[in-house]
Amino acid sequence: MIPAKFDYVRPSTVEEAVSALQQGGEDAKVLAGGQSLLPVLRLRLAAPSLVVDLGGLAELRQIGEDGDMIAIGAMAAHHDVMRNELVQRHVALLGQATETVADRQVRHRGTLGGALAHADPAGDLGPVALALDAEFVIAGSGGSRTVPASEFFVDYFTTAIGENEILTQVRFPKYTGWGSHYEKFNRTAQAWSMVAVAAALKIDGGTISEARVGLANMSSTPVRATGVEQALVGQAATADAVRAAAEHATEGTDAPSDADAAADYREHLARVLTGRAVLAAAG
Amino acid sequence: MTTTAEPTARELGRARIRKEDARLITGRTRWTDNITLNGMLHIAMVRSPVAHARITGINVDAAKQLTGVVAVYSGTDLDAEQSAIPCAWPINAEATPPRHVSIAVDTVRFAGEIVAVVVARDAATAKDATELVEVDYDDLPPVLDMEEALGDATVIHPDFGSNKWVTFPFDSVAAGATTGPTADEAIAAAEADPDSIVVKRRWRQQRLIPAFMEPRSVVVDPTGEQLTMWSSTQVPHVLRTMLGVSLGLPEHKLRVIAPDVGGGFGGKLQVTPEEILSTLVARRMAKPVKWTETRSESMLSGHHGRDQIQDVTVAAKRDGTVTALKIELTADMGAYFGLFTPAVPVFGAFIGPAIYKFPSYAFVCTDVFTNKTPTDAYRGAGRPEATFAVERIMEELATELGRDPLELREQNWIKNTEFPFTNAGGLTYDSGNYEAATEKATALFDYAGLRREQEERRRSNDPVQLGIGVSVFTEMCGLAPSRLLGALGAGAGGWEHAAIRMLPTGKVEVVTGSSAHGQGHETAWSQIVADRLGVPFEDVEVLHGDTQVSPKGMDTYGSRSLPVGGTAVVKCADRVIEKATKVAAHLLEAAEGDIEFQAGRFSVKGTDKGVSIQEVVFATFLSHNFPEGIEPSLDSEYTFDPENFSFPHGTHLAAMEVDTETGRVSIRKYVCVDDVGSVVNPLIVEGQVHGGLAQGIAQALFEEANYDEQGTLVNGTFVDYTLPSAADLPSFTTDRTETPATSNPLGVKGVGEAGTIASTPAIVNGVLDAIRHLGVKQVEMPCTAQRVWRAIQDAQGGAK
Repeated sequence: MIPAKFDYVRPSTVEEAVSALQQGGEDAKVLAGGQSLLPVLRLRLAAPSLVVDLGGLAELRQIGEDGDMIAIGAMAAHHDVMRNELVQRHVALLGQATETVADRQVRHRGTLGGALAHADPAGDLGPVALALDAEFVIAGSGGSRTVPASEFFVDYFTTAIGENEILTQVRFPKYTGWGSHYEKFNRTAQAWSMVAVAAALKIDGGTISEARVGLANMSSTPVRATGVEQALVGQAATADAVRAAAEHATEGTDAPSDADAAADYREHLARVLTGRAVLAAAG
Repeated sequence: MTTTAEPTARELGRARIRKEDARLITGRTRWTDNITLNGMLHIAMVRSPVAHARITGINVDAAKQLTGVVAVYSGTDLDAEQSAIPCAWPINAEATPPRHVSIAVDTVRFAGEIVAVVVARDAATAKDATELVEVDYDDLPPVLDMEEALGDATVIHPDFGSNKWVTFPFDSVAAGATTGPTADEAIAAAEADPDSIVVKRRWRQQRLIPAFMEPRSVVVDPTGEQLTMWSSTQVPHVLRTMLGVSLGLPEHKLRVIAPDVGGGFGGKLQVTPEEILSTLVARRMAKPVKWTETRSESMLSGHHGRDQIQDVTVAAKRDGTVTALKIELTADMGAYFGLFTPAVPVFGAFIGPAIYKFPSYAFVCTDVFTNKTPTDAYRGAGRPEATFAVERIMEELATELGRDPLELREQNWIKNTEFPFTNAGGLTYDSGNYEAATEKATALFDYAGLRREQEERRRSNDPVQLGIGVSVFTEMCGLAPSRLLGALGAGAGGWEHAAIRMLPTGKVEVVTGSSAHGQGHETAWSQIVADRLGVPFEDVEVLHGDTQVSPKGMDTYGSRSLPVGGTAVVKCADRVIEKATKVAAHLLEAAEGDIEFQAGRFSVKGTDKGVSIQEVVFATFLSHNFPEGIEPSLDSEYTFDPENFSFPHGTHLAAMEVDTETGRVSIRKYVCVDDVGSVVNPLIVEGQVHGGLAQGIAQALFEEANYDEQGTLVNGTFVDYTLPSAADLPSFTTDRTETPATSNPLGVKGVGEAGTIASTPAIVNGVLDAIRHLGVKQVEMPCTAQRVWRAIQDAQGGAK
């Protein structure tokens, strides 16, 4: 790999990292696990003047319980997220989606925060965070602020994280006892999703009482399929009911067309895969 | 007198772990890019981002001013010295290939063509400087579609007056392979005959990228008495001779080394612009230089494979007996010819009739220039294309006639009792047993059971439909009898060379001209020699890939190493034994005719007197007590020129599942029974079959090099080229039958390409078999989910 030249700092506190970013100006880039930044550096699609490596911030790797929430440090590696017992028990959907991220090597290097801050609309974790009403803790020079998932994803590769800010933590409400499933559709096993559907259901006595559905790669940001969620609530988890609800999957989407899939095919996939994800979540 | 050892069967056929694997897998070995020489400079290439343009200006001033940059050259600077990249097999004596420049001078003809060369003290600076070179282009219309290229499109090489280079025709009657009628006559007759059927189809062989694991790299050291080049190449010997011829360098002043090479798949069967330019720069600088490509550079500018339009016609009686086959190809050469570019599609001409007894056969290939990366050899080279054509058209014929595809094939194939058999392409198949391989394959596959399940799923309208894909193939390996190559206009012979050196301590050095780049020659050759000479496997060292160590060779491609190079090694071993027998007779004070050799020991028949081969070797080293009139050396050499190709065959069966709701295709079960003749190392054979299958399946389902309408390669990274990994493939069931080849003493046929050649049509036939009842007639390769889904939608009239 021969990237263009850049300066490099490895701060040991969040405050130092924020101040390094401030000094670096608009050409400074944050390096988390490097699974997105390094390829664009290698291809010289990005030429930052400064790279701020968060690898020294051990506190950002913590995964813990915080009251009603599971708080995951932004620098927790995918592998550590999916193997974490709290995640498996309370936010199973996140673990299931994380297991499908790229390959084993990437999952050991790549981080939850890095993937979410990169905000690739084909990413696996965006629709999960959105569907599960995660909160994003963002540190800047004036301290920390918390942004709900519904306001975090702004556009292609664009989030609510400001120029001199760093994502430090992602907090998920507990979905203990919910059924969930992540249905991913891609060209090859380790490729980005053409379309993916994240679904979580709360079922009481055979009836769906709450539903959360998020879609990957159906717009410039992850999409929450609220039409599907509403149609599911109050229904028995039968194949017919689920399929009827899944017809709402493309509401509010703006599916892209590319070499792998034209928009109409993506829309079709979104409906089919939503049905499958919800049925699987219902067990 | 016994001069030929009876094989002891200790080593041949043994599934040894490859001795080279530890260093290759850990990377603790010498790759070209690891080499660092004193004072070495680094080269980076500036490549054209446009497909077709006149160069109106190049400004290198800013690049030259960057600290660490030593020189920047444009095409004008190097044109007087650069000569042309050679084409060793132009197939048509009348036509001259266009001049293939290493660096563009006034016109660029494909995106990725080199327009400037930067030389710097380190690789990073060289790369940085490439971004400072300013090139002005005056765009010309890019010619990207083969059929448009043949129309009134811009002419890419104006000297030729057209984008068509030549048409290569083959007619079985004209060639004397069949007695008539011609294929055209037979097809016309069938069209007029109500008891006959003619099936005509058009298919596309998409463009593929070889995607070898180790990117290409070249180091050139001009400071010694010989100019030494290290290159990640399949063909150090060919490269040495071609470099000498192209650049006018005396061959004896050139040394080429292919150190360990990380794969090639035909993609390193080339003399590259980068090898030429590195040599020119090293000579100018009088210093060593290195060039190593990035992956993106590799995918953009290393030669590509396939890219043909196939028009295939079969004629048959209504009872299923085939009467004629005609294959018409339009082949995309890209912008220039590489080493074998025009020969690759033509290589398929002779194997086109495959396993079948076609009484009439015609083949015609039209070579077309486009503004794309040149095409050239890629695993199978001509034979996958030909096999796809014939195995797809036989499937279509079976469908049209409502016949079981295996049964129709058997009706028309060459029976075991009919070998040797000369096919309508003029090739004489020495041996084969299609019945045995098919019987074994259908049993392992549970052909009848899966057919029942297929019926059941159709009846129940299962959203996941099942299809069975068949491919019963043969191919030609063991490239090649030199006289045949000569008759086809090749610029080289097809022999292979080997030498054996018996070291004083009884250890053995085997020198082979066959240059391995991942195949496992070191293990296989050691097994052959250990078996033949009766020495321990561990006592044999195989030396290759350096023209100073192994001065003669034709290198590795076309599944030739074992049938040709392996045979040369056998012949060498036999010569060692022949010489050693004389020495042993002298030492044992017996007549030569009374000496027998077995398991590494020379003994006097009917006595317990004997000496080991190691003792004979040491006695020869000392030469104190030696027979008169005999040269005191047991070393030997042999150059083997095969009399015929070898013809592996096999039966491949694929159970394909198609999710009709999404179009996703998956392989439920894949069974192949290959007959590659006798087997030296079953583990290596297994590995070759698995890798070959992966690559053939990749063509059917995953890979395609896509260009946009400006002629830019749009998926030239591993993110979007969708190379499959192990996670995309099933566990293969592989088995073998062993019908020995009669064309070489080992009875081997070659296995490097079989899986790739056979699997592509098996997969596509299986996909179509799963959804043909829905009205689908064709899905282009790669059969992606979207394509399959759309084919179903279209067939169902757009209904959901």
